[in-house]
Amino acid sequence: MALTEKKVNQIAYLARLSLNEAQLKNNTQDLNAIFSLFEQLVNIETDGIEPMSHPLHMSQRLREDVVTEQDQSILLQSVAPETSNGYYLVPTVIE
Amino acid sequence: MEWETVIGLEIHAQLNTKSKIFSAASTQYGKKPNSQACVVDLGLPGVLPVLNVEAVNKAIKFGVAINAHINQRNVFDRKNYFYPDLPKGYQISQMDWPIVGEGKIEITLDNQTKIVGITRAHLEEDAGKSIHDMFDDNTAIDLNRAGIPLLEIVSEPDMRSAKEAVVYAKKIHTLVQYIDICDGNMQEGSFRCDANVSIRPKGQKELGTRAELKNINSFKFLERAINLEVGRQQDILEEGGKIVQETRLYDSMKHETRSMRSKEEANDYRYFPDPDLLPVEISDELLEKIRQTLPELPAQKKERFVAELGLGDYDADVLTSQKPLADYFEAMLEYHTGNAKLCANWVMGELSASLNKYQIDIQNSPITAQALSLLISRIGDDTISGKAAKDVFKAMWNSEDSADKIIQAKGLKQMTDMGEIEAIVEQVIANNAPQVVQFKSGNDKILGFLVGQIMKLTAGKANPKQVNELLRKKLS
Repeated sequence: MALTEKKVNQIAYLARLSLNEAQLKNNTQDLNAIFSLFEQLVNIETDGIEPMSHPLHMSQRLREDVVTEQDQSILLQSVAPETSNGYYLVPTVIE
Repeated sequence: MEWETVIGLEIHAQLNTKSKIFSAASTQYGKKPNSQACVVDLGLPGVLPVLNVEAVNKAIKFGVAINAHINQRNVFDRKNYFYPDLPKGYQISQMDWPIVGEGKIEITLDNQTKIVGITRAHLEEDAGKSIHDMFDDNTAIDLNRAGIPLLEIVSEPDMRSAKEAVVYAKKIHTLVQYIDICDGNMQEGSFRCDANVSIRPKGQKELGTRAELKNINSFKFLERAINLEVGRQQDILEEGGKIVQETRLYDSMKHETRSMRSKEEANDYRYFPDPDLLPVEISDELLEKIRQTLPELPAQKKERFVAELGLGDYDADVLTSQKPLADYFEAMLEYHTGNAKLCANWVMGELSASLNKYQIDIQNSPITAQALSLLISRIGDDTISGKAAKDVFKAMWNSEDSADKIIQAKGLKQMTDMGEIEAIVEQVIANNAPQVVQFKSGNDKILGFLVGQIMKLTAGKANPKQVNELLRKKLS
């Protein structure tokens, strides 16, 4: 399975990465080299093996349903590029 | 050509936990913008999500209530897309291992019962809110909603009309409130529906291309949006066109659906297991405990109303169709153990009519269950007639006064002095000789006329049943 430059460009767009021509070429090469390692898995018998969803054999610890967070919006908004009346402002999104 | 409509629904129910699914910020509605968005909700670097036990319990509760398969090992994934109200750039959701697997819901429409399949129900976090019309050059973001736990309930494409879709959605809406996992408030967005709609020539097996309708916040709009979309698709197909698979926004003001192109290019969500969260393990013990504590479900309540209270099928159905309505009715029975049927009639009749007229939710009814049950007791103990009770009800609606106080003030108390009633009965017999003759010659209907005359003379305060009996006795 080889990735085309077109596909890599598409993936880059989904991740909002802008690649120039040289980067696109390099990335495509690198990714395909990585993929060739995965190719080895194709030869392994995987029938009856449950897909691994997590590398650790542990389960999630749960938190009690209690509110402990205070309103820190003034502090948190001090690092935002733009705010008004308690809102974070972003460039207009057109629906 | 005859077309068949195919509908599947995705229902987002906000779980009514106190804190968010992955953070300890409050979930309260209507607070100052961003006052309940903590570092985890904002997706600041270095923070970690910690799963809320109640979100898990409530999801299990739903699964158990619909007899669905519960995946005792389930996994959170990242659903990647960029949007300003999703600060992390991904939504934590469940893809391959949802907490609730396949289940079934039975719906009834026009006396026909059918099964709608539930494909799955998974836990995820809600996004924030984007407000587009507040500022001229910016979109405003409020992240108080970001991280509120959602249970996304996905149905099979089993519904064949907008009406069926509404019945199904209402059924889920009722259920989540019964089992107390969601407040069901559609105006506040606690319960939201997306509809996947397609059409196909009748008899065709494979599904047509579907459109996903979003932004539907009432059952009325759900029905309208689906019918609108079916019409649009029919027009396109009948003119030889093709349906494009897309997300469409329902606009209730303009009564149209329109394409949301912004969602299209991002359709590749590149799901993968979230490395910040370990798989969730649900023990047999927990599952059993939740099964044991499941409250009475609508169908069970309905059965009990029929079997124990002697209500008709229809009445029991209406009273259990909404949790608050059933709660009100049951609260009445606590004060008024006598006649359940009479209570049911009043709740479904006068009370519902008035609530509808003034657009008031039953939880906010100006007449409490206790007050109404007192009024009904006064019919039962013959203090007032059923007719007078309606006047008392109207007066209670507009004041704080109790039924007893109003009965007293308006002088509506029925006559109990038999001697007094008897005198009036005799007077009416004497004054209406021709009608008396008619009655004696076999015209039974004329009795109503005589009763009417007596009621008139007593200003409606006599008990019609007593008058009737007395009259028959005198005339026989």
